[in-house]
Amino acid sequence: MSFEVMLEQLTSGMLKSMLIFFLTLIFSLPLGMVMCFGRMSKNKIISGITGFIISILRGTPLMLQLMVVYFFPYYLFGWSIGGWRYPAIIVGFSINYAAYFAEIYRSGIEAIPKGQHEASQILLYSKPQEFFKITLPQVIKIILPAMTNEIITLVKDTSLAFSISYIELFNMAQQIAAANTTMIPFVVAAIFYYVFNLLVSVVMRCFEKKLSYYS
Amino acid sequence: MLYLEMNNIKKSFGDLQVLKDISLQVREGEVISIIGPSGSGKSTLLRIATMLETLDYGTISYLGEEAVSLYDGESVYAKPKKLKEIKKNFGLVFQNFNLFPHYTVLKNITDAPISVQKRNKKEVMKEAKELLDKMGLSDKADYYPCQLSGGQQQRVAIARALALKPKVLFFDEPTSALDPELTGEVLKVIKSLAEQKMTMVIVTHEMSFARNISDRVIFMDKGVIAVEGSPEEVFNSSNERMQEFLGKLNHE
Ligand SMILES: Nc1ncnc2c1ncn2[C@@H]1O[C@H](COP(=O)(O)OP(=O)(O)O)[C@@H](O)[C@H]1O
Ligand SMILES: [Mg+2]
Repeated sequence: MSFEVMLEQLTSGMLKSMLIFFLTLIFSLPLGMVMCFGRMSKNKIISGITGFIISILRGTPLMLQLMVVYFFPYYLFGWSIGGWRYPAIIVGFSINYAAYFAEIYRSGIEAIPKGQHEASQILLYSKPQEFFKITLPQVIKIILPAMTNEIITLVKDTSLAFSISYIELFNMAQQIAAANTTMIPFVVAAIFYYVFNLLVSVVMRCFEKKLSYYS
Repeated sequence: MLYLEMNNIKKSFGDLQVLKDISLQVREGEVISIIGPSGSGKSTLLRIATMLETLDYGTISYLGEEAVSLYDGESVYAKPKKLKEIKKNFGLVFQNFNLFPHYTVLKNITDAPISVQKRNKKEVMKEAKELLDKMGLSDKADYYPCQLSGGQQQRVAIARALALKPKVLFFDEPTSALDPELTGEVLKVIKSLAEQKMTMVIVTHEMSFARNISDRVIFMDKGVIAVEGSPEEVFNSSNERMQEFLGKLNHE
């Protein structure tokens, strides 16, 4: 196999990995907020159930969760799971990452001084106004470093999609390596993950800089 | 006219009875200082008046509108809509300012009038600049709270409260978080508000200030009003606890 062909194949794997990454972020960031609200709900039942779900999602391997999501329609209902592989990956990743984000959001919200809430109350901000104008902007600044860590982990975790035989970058590299007895695809893959994470760090650092106008 | 009327307020936290049957009337233009040892329930009283805390028993009305009334011997809060209307009557200045750190000074002052009260933006901006002028902070409009001294932050907090045009303004130890050399600038601002006949209820440990600007002084002790009257009456009162309290302060 020529280097060019190899690179072409790896690039297609790379794009698939990146798509998993972006779709997961798009779904898990808001879903994490919903979980966070559930976890912080005054209703003991809601917060209890959400807390339990979050602890399961954080306490079991993502690879296992992907398999459960992928296979459960078949084992539970006997449905064919032919076209389900890709959606299952996105669903599995999104739910798992939402659980981590939910806990990060919660730590951020709890770090906001009570006085901010009391001032908002006295100034008669509505609940949504308080959340979007006062709480959220401050929470984002607080949680940015923790979010950066989690997002970097996500870049690397996209390789776990191989566990349900999805051919993303890592799986592609493995196949090419096995067929051609060469380490080069792994080197290329490693460089890709590293450079992509470097970009993630730079972007996140930019956000942090943008929010450093107050302390 | 009675701007605020609180009657027979009772409040406990668990087994601890913090307010034991307290009544307070505030007339238009009146300046009332509340003094007393720490733990006597002063903050709790303000927090109940400003509805940050709910009461166990008693009634509250602002300008004749009942926020909490009695039904069959039980205190009942008005419906949320009415309560919201009533809350427009008062503002509160906190001990530790509680400015919004991510907003500039100007935005701290103008955001609530614009986005809560839906007032005309230009007009609000103009008034905010005038307020900043009065506070001696006209050059600080674009600063963030973290770039200001405590005294400046507290003056911004006062401007923020005033921007909503409250009928009654409450202060909970507005200078207690400040270095001694910064309390003066804040007290001066409050004094000028008193001269403009702003109705105010001020919890403070600044005795000479309380004596100077108040129409009425209330000395609270262990959840009750132990002494109440004109500054002369209260500071010259023969009440044992009051004497003890003043004695302690003089020793410090
Ligand atoms: N949220 C609360 N929960 C339990 N106890 C409280 C709470 N708020 C105040 N207290 C208690 O009530 C008493 C009166 O407090 P406070 O009103 O803050 O007094 P002051 O402002 O006069 O110092 C204190 O003993 C305080 O510990
Ligand atoms: Mg207090």
